[in-house]
Amino acid sequence: MHGFANPARFLRLARWMMPLLLVSGLLLSMGALLYGILVVPPDRLMGETVRIMFIHVPAAWLGMAGWSTIAIASIVELVWRHPLAAIAGRAAAVPGATFTAICLATGSIWARPTWGTWWVWDGRLTSFLVLLFLYFGYIALSGAAQRDMAGGGGGNRITAIFGLVGAINIPIINRSVVWWNSLHQPPSITAGKSAIDGTFLWPLLIAAIGFSLIFGGVVIARMRTLLADIQAEARLRRKAMA
Amino acid sequence: MSSNPSGGIKPKHQRLVLIIVALVALVGAGLLAAYALSNQASYFYVPADLVKAPPEQGRAIRLGGMVEKGSLKTRSDGITIDFIVGDGKARVPVRYTGITPDLFVEASGVVAEGRMEGQTFVADNLLAKHDENYVPRQMGDMTPEQAKQVVAETQ
Repeated sequence: MHGFANPARFLRLARWMMPLLLVSGLLLSMGALLYGILVVPPDRLMGETVRIMFIHVPAAWLGMAGWSTIAIASIVELVWRHPLAAIAGRAAAVPGATFTAICLATGSIWARPTWGTWWVWDGRLTSFLVLLFLYFGYIALSGAAQRDMAGGGGGNRITAIFGLVGAINIPIINRSVVWWNSLHQPPSITAGKSAIDGTFLWPLLIAAIGFSLIFGGVVIARMRTLLADIQAEARLRRKAMA
Repeated sequence: MSSNPSGGIKPKHQRLVLIIVALVALVGAGLLAAYALSNQASYFYVPADLVKAPPEQGRAIRLGGMVEKGSLKTRSDGITIDFIVGDGKARVPVRYTGITPDLFVEASGVVAEGRMEGQTFVADNLLAKHDENYVPRQMGDMTPEQAKQVVAETQ
C-alpha cells in the first residue's frame, strides 16, 4: 500500500486513469439513460415515472459509496497515517454529497406522482437527509483541517474520526426500510434476487456502473487538484521564509 | 516507526486495535439506538397494531397496509370512499373524502393519515405505497392476475 505513498507515483497513475474513468463512465451512463428514456416500456403502475429510477437508484448507491470511501480513508488515515488518505477522503466528499442531493431531488420528484407527496419523514428519507448533512459537516471540517495544515496533521485526524463516526448512518440507511415501517419501498435487489423486471434491471445496473466510473474519475481529479494545492501552498510558504 | 527496540507493540498496531475497539463500540451504540427507536421511528401503524393496542380516539396517527381486494366502494356523493386496510392479521375499515393518488388501487399498499373514530379510521390524506416490484406494462410477461388488473385499469 505504501507504494502509492509517494504522490508522484499516484499522480503518474492518475494522469491516465482520470480521463479513462470519466470518458467510459460518461459513455456508459449516457447510453443507459438514453435507453432508459427511449426504449424501456412504462411500468405497470407507475407508468413513465419509473424512468427516474435509472438516475435515482445509482445516485443513492453512489451517495452511500461516497461515505464508505470516506470511512475507509479515515481508517487508513488513523491507523497507517497514509499521506494520501486524508486527501482521498476529502476528494470523495463533494461528489458523494452531489450524488446524495441528486438522489433526494429525483426521489422527491418521483414521490409526488407516485405516493402523492413530495416528502415524508419516514426512516429511509430521514436517514438519507442526515447523510447529506453529514457530508456538509465533513466538507466544512476537512476544509478547515486543510487550511490548518501548518498546525500539524491534527485537523486531518479529527476529520477522520468524524468520517468514521458518520459511517454508522450507512447501515442505518440500508436497514431503515426493514427495521421500521416506511413509505419507501423495501429493497428490490437483495443477494441474488431482484424484484425488478429484467427490462428495467439491465439499464439500471449499467447506469450504476457508469455513475461509479464517473465518481472514481471525479475523486481522482479532485485528489490531483488537492495535491497541487498543497504543493503550491508549500512552495509559497518556502518563498515567504526565504 | 517500524523499528521498536523495546519490543512492545508497534504504534501502528496499537492504533489499529484502538480503531477496532472504537468501531465495535460505535456499531453497538448504533444498534442499541436503532433498537430503542424501533417503535417510534416507524412511519405508520399496521392494522394488527391498532387492534392489539387501540390508540386514543381522535389522536392523529397513520395507518398503513394493503387495500383489500373488493372492499373499495364509492359513496353516492362521488368523492367519499370506503375501503378496508389489512395486513394479513387484522382488518381496519377506512373512510376518506377527497382525491386519491394515481397509484391508489385495490390490492396495493396505502398509508392513510387520520384518526380512529369508533371502529372506523377516518383519513384526511392518502399516500400510495409503491412496493418493491417493477414490472413493465407488457401483457406478454405478466401473470394472469396482473394482466387482468391492467385490463381493468384501461377500461
